[in-house]
Amino acid sequence: MQRAETAFQFKTVSYLLRIGSEMATTLAQLKQGLESCSDASIFNHTFQTLSRHHFLTQGFSNDFAQWVLASCNRPELAEHLASLDIRDYLSLAELRADLKRLVSEYCEQNPQQAEQSAFEPFFFYEAIGVEVPLEMEAWTLEEFRNGLEKLSHASFHFHFIASRLRLQLRTNDFSYWLESRLGLGTLARRVNRIDIYTNTLQSALERIISLIEKELDS
Amino acid sequence: MSETMPIPLLIRLDDYTPVLGEPEVAELRTLASRLQMRTVQMVNSTAMGGGVAEMLNRLVPILQELGLAIRWEVITGGNDFYEITKAFHNALHGGPYTMPPESFDTFLAYNEQNLLRLQMEAEFIVIHDPQPAALIRARRDHIGHWIWRCHIDLSHPNLTVWGFLEPWVKRYDGAIFSSAEFARHLPVPQYLFYPSIDPLSEKNRDLEPQFVRSILERFSIDPKRPILTQISRFDRLKDPLGVVRAFQIVKRYFDCQLVLAGGGASDDPEGEAVLSDVREAAANDPDVHILNLPPWSATEINALQRGSTIIIQKSLREGFGLTVTEGLWKSKPVVASAVGGIPLQVIHKHTGLLAHSVEGTAYQIRFLLSNPAIAERLGQQGREYVREHFLITSSAKRYLTLFLHLLSES
Repeated sequence: MQRAETAFQFKTVSYLLRIGSEMATTLAQLKQGLESCSDASIFNHTFQTLSRHHFLTQGFSNDFAQWVLASCNRPELAEHLASLDIRDYLSLAELRADLKRLVSEYCEQNPQQAEQSAFEPFFFYEAIGVEVPLEMEAWTLEEFRNGLEKLSHASFHFHFIASRLRLQLRTNDFSYWLESRLGLGTLARRVNRIDIYTNTLQSALERIISLIEKELDS
Repeated sequence: MSETMPIPLLIRLDDYTPVLGEPEVAELRTLASRLQMRTVQMVNSTAMGGGVAEMLNRLVPILQELGLAIRWEVITGGNDFYEITKAFHNALHGGPYTMPPESFDTFLAYNEQNLLRLQMEAEFIVIHDPQPAALIRARRDHIGHWIWRCHIDLSHPNLTVWGFLEPWVKRYDGAIFSSAEFARHLPVPQYLFYPSIDPLSEKNRDLEPQFVRSILERFSIDPKRPILTQISRFDRLKDPLGVVRAFQIVKRYFDCQLVLAGGGASDDPEGEAVLSDVREAAANDPDVHILNLPPWSATEINALQRGSTIIIQKSLREGFGLTVTEGLWKSKPVVASAVGGIPLQVIHKHTGLLAHSVEGTAYQIRFLLSNPAIAERLGQQGREYVREHFLITSSAKRYLTLFLHLLSES
């Protein structure tokens, strides 16, 4: 069995939610909040949404889209916001710019709706992460598979979803290691293609394990 | 004066593995591995009764088993102290404050007295609610991390009482609230910690279906027909009359039963009046079961929730709404008002259905009775949401994360 020169170090992260100073009761205020809130807040309401609602497979893309739909009853804007795929972004600044653009355009085209009060206010929260290495590392594909089987949802989200912002690459920690350390480019690409919006975190993890098992069997 | 509570050790962390899965329990141990023998003090004002004591009874043993050197201290005081703190509590919820001005001195004197007995020297000190808030005067030279955990809704406080408390709260390193809506603008970081339930407690542990059925039959409830249940004390803010009206609308379309179960009517004149009004509104309908239960009815409440088809929480105002959490944990579809902490738990069309009126509540119930597959999906997703966010183990994880964060900041 091939042994990597550098081990994959499994880590986990736990998040605190800090209450931000921004809140919105209208779409116009949402636009202002998107301009002034911290990056930790943008991260929380987009990347972290997938972790908090990891068991849902439809209709919950990010907190902004959900609020616009459920509290403002604006399905068109909600759809646009929900269609932003966090895998397309390597920085929170880019993601924030697109969120702002979509809400701004809607407000300009629909000035009356922009000022209508929502059923419920939107509160901006910041996610403060504390990273901790797990006592697990993998040198081989088999050890890697064994490690994946013991991962919590938070740890899986950290390596598979939030990793893009750290790596500044359109990939994830798993695919990066598989390709760069074990030379398994095809497997790495298959792993990276798994749709995180139509899978739960658990089903995505199971699919990765299944792909690795096929590779081990071959 | 104050007392250190013995730490109960009946339930072990491993007992949560079947509920959470091994990776999640292992993650708690990993986080705690960096906090071994770090000292923590939790301080509140009551050892028994009330949600805070109930939560600490579970949380403290978990954190101790995880290796933290944790102590739970309960402050004490005379009747005059508790009269003042009860008046504080009501005033912080927005009511008037009618105690004399010297009551503030009495409050401070009792806090000072408690300090004579308490050794406030842990690395992390968490003060729960207003009663012991002034203990922070014991802090010297910014030693230790002091956090104020506020379990009550401070969104519309009486300004006299808040004006007195605010300078004390500002001296803490941070404050914790159960919802952003309950918080105040403060110059210290504010964190969101949801309240939680214990899945292994009498009120929430799994029950055998036969036992559930026997409880239903004991209360003359027909297990074969749909059961709509609201568990709440008989209080106008829980709108039991609205629930009866919603049920009466639903009953035009479905052969179903209503269970209104709760306490608070035996020792509270207002509760007695509400109960009487509810009985009158029910107009001797044999399908309306009004159960005034004693406080030791946790198992019965568990069984009633588990035996229900739909859980209702039609409150007009609500704190966090832990009865909603309990219903969701039991995989029940929930129809609830969009007030207080309920929308944090019931995400409309994902983990339950929200309503804003009697008619809306009735409509959502009819929708679920007509669409059992959707009701089942909502129930399952609701349980998963609670598993992730509103269990006592999630609270333990939040405290561990907070302590690690405070260490990294310092």
